[in-house]
Amino acid sequence: MSESNSSARTGRHTAGLLDIRNIIGGLVGVYGVILTLMGLFGDQESDKTGDVNANLWAGLVMIVVGVGFVTWARLRPVVVPAHHDRPQDDPA
Amino acid sequence: MASPTVLASDTIISANLIDYLIVALYFAVVLGIGVIARRQISDSVDFFLSGRSLPAWVTGLAFISANLGAVEIMGMSASGAQFGLPTVHYFWIGAIPAMLFLGVVMMPFYYGSKVRSVPEFMRRRFGTGAHLVNAISFAVAQLLIAGINLFLLGSIVHALLGWPLWVALIVAAAIVLSYITLGGLSAAIYNEVLQFFVIVAGLLPLTLIGLHRIGGWGGLSDKITEAAQAHPDVIPPADQQLNSWPGLPLTGFDSSLLSVIGIVFGLGFVLSFGYWTTNFVEVQRAMASNSISAARKTPIIGAFPKMFVPFITIIPGMIAAGLVTEIGQVKAGQSVPGGASGDGVAYNDALLYLMRDVLPNGLLGLAITGLLAAFMAGMAANISAFNTVLSYDLWQQYVRKDRDDHHYLVVGRVATVVATVIAIFTAGLASNFSNIMNYLQVLFGFFNAPLFATFILGMFWKRMSATAGWVGLVAGTVSAVVVAFLSEDAFGSWSTGTLPISGQGAAFVAAGVAFVVDIVLSIAVSAVTPAKPVEELRGLVYSETPREDLVDPDEAGHPWYQRTLPLAGVALVLVIILNVIF
Repeated sequence: MSESNSSARTGRHTAGLLDIRNIIGGLVGVYGVILTLMGLFGDQESDKTGDVNANLWAGLVMIVVGVGFVTWARLRPVVVPAHHDRPQDDPA
Repeated sequence: MASPTVLASDTIISANLIDYLIVALYFAVVLGIGVIARRQISDSVDFFLSGRSLPAWVTGLAFISANLGAVEIMGMSASGAQFGLPTVHYFWIGAIPAMLFLGVVMMPFYYGSKVRSVPEFMRRRFGTGAHLVNAISFAVAQLLIAGINLFLLGSIVHALLGWPLWVALIVAAAIVLSYITLGGLSAAIYNEVLQFFVIVAGLLPLTLIGLHRIGGWGGLSDKITEAAQAHPDVIPPADQQLNSWPGLPLTGFDSSLLSVIGIVFGLGFVLSFGYWTTNFVEVQRAMASNSISAARKTPIIGAFPKMFVPFITIIPGMIAAGLVTEIGQVKAGQSVPGGASGDGVAYNDALLYLMRDVLPNGLLGLAITGLLAAFMAGMAANISAFNTVLSYDLWQQYVRKDRDDHHYLVVGRVATVVATVIAIFTAGLASNFSNIMNYLQVLFGFFNAPLFATFILGMFWKRMSATAGWVGLVAGTVSAVVVAFLSEDAFGSWSTGTLPISGQGAAFVAAGVAFVVDIVLSIAVSAVTPAKPVEELRGLVYSETPREDLVDPDEAGHPWYQRTLPLAGVALVLVIILNVIF
């Protein structure tokens, strides 16, 4: 496995924006904000949801999840060494 | 190709500006990832296997996501609407044990031998005969399955925008094409992980609101019981729909004992082990991980979310049958005009109609995004697996050897375009099958059941000869086709009905026969043909591979929740608990 990790592929690209956790957190978070705004200001369509403000609740949960992923990426940033890459945190 | 003429005003789902914003945002991110990932492609190994640098939780989720495509979401919710809870066998019997087996037993051989594809493993173990059979049948199967994904993708676009199906197909194919050519596997894996979260975010609220509307599990049971009593001629009894065992509605068998045997041996052993352990679309994800330990953990980590996928696919299907008027009518045996394809409402439309009935704008956009993402990624996964097998296993092996990496990269890109165009036509084929799940199970029975038999025998029996490899594969496939012919409906009107089996049960039997024929013939042929020299079998056959080649020396130092075997044990216990509860 080490030979296919050429040394040119180290460092910069794995950190920051391209960390998958930042992408997940960012997208889910933005979706959460949109849904929350829909829940607060949009049509709640209670006849469909059975009197639950579904957009609001889903939006709030997604904001929490989004912030969680970004925080995880901040606290345990990915650093890819040239030779060997240990497995990252386990989601289980 | 079917091209129903439906006016733009007849859309099933009415999305508004916010919904489209949510969809557009997703595609902007996905294409952005593709552009960034493209700058980092250095050589063809990178393009095809992402340079083996990804952590296990990422490849694990991608492993599930690559499979969480059209067939899974639409097929499982359709089966849920039609048969009820027995559909969970596709997950708890038909996936988890095989995924654990792949991680614990087979992955070290794949990862350790550094092959780039599953057919390449066949070539090293059995030589060119078995390799050619496997590579060609795999490539053909991928094109057929890509067509199904494209068809479902097109029918969503049709449901959403009301475009004629053939226009939707071409537009969808163009989007998938740009998505693949922009990024290769690295971008595909990133997107699959992202897509997993979008799908869950779309389907979980759908399930919860649906359950709330129908009155919880009690309300759902009441609805199913009511419908079953009102139409006892067409709807299976409620207790069969509300318990996973013995699964009579699913297999179509009359005897509970036979049904259990069919599910455990046919689905659980032959079909699912064949699918999960040899399907390159899945295995390719694990090969992209950063160590042998991560590769083994990939399917095992994937098993955890996989266990809970039925709750957001099958349950909504069951709810749709109770809550959505149109689906309820279909279940009562009526034919209802409309539907996503425009040719009439089908079980496959269960999710779309439920979305229409329970999701407010906003969440609706999210659910649409999840479905579009899943189908697109499903098709992209088929096409990228096709392109790997075509350029490495067929082109490099049999047409142009010893060119530089760039040559094969170009071949791969051309293959991608050609495959996408072919998929538009196979989508037309797929649109002619009313039950996509049946069609696929039959297809898997043909290709995967004999493949698994040959693999498992070849990995553990060093005496198995090269001739036995291809003879077993061909004979197994042919015998599955024969059984499908003799059944009542596996080939639709082409089947003769000599054998009294039908539906999914016929697929299980065909797969079982293919497996047994393959094993028996392989043993017989090996007895009269020369075996391969043992020194060529290192890393390919269990008894000839040193133990230290199969495990990661670092793994013993990890805490238990990062080690392969304890994780697999936990997954196994969980899935047994789920089987007992339901």
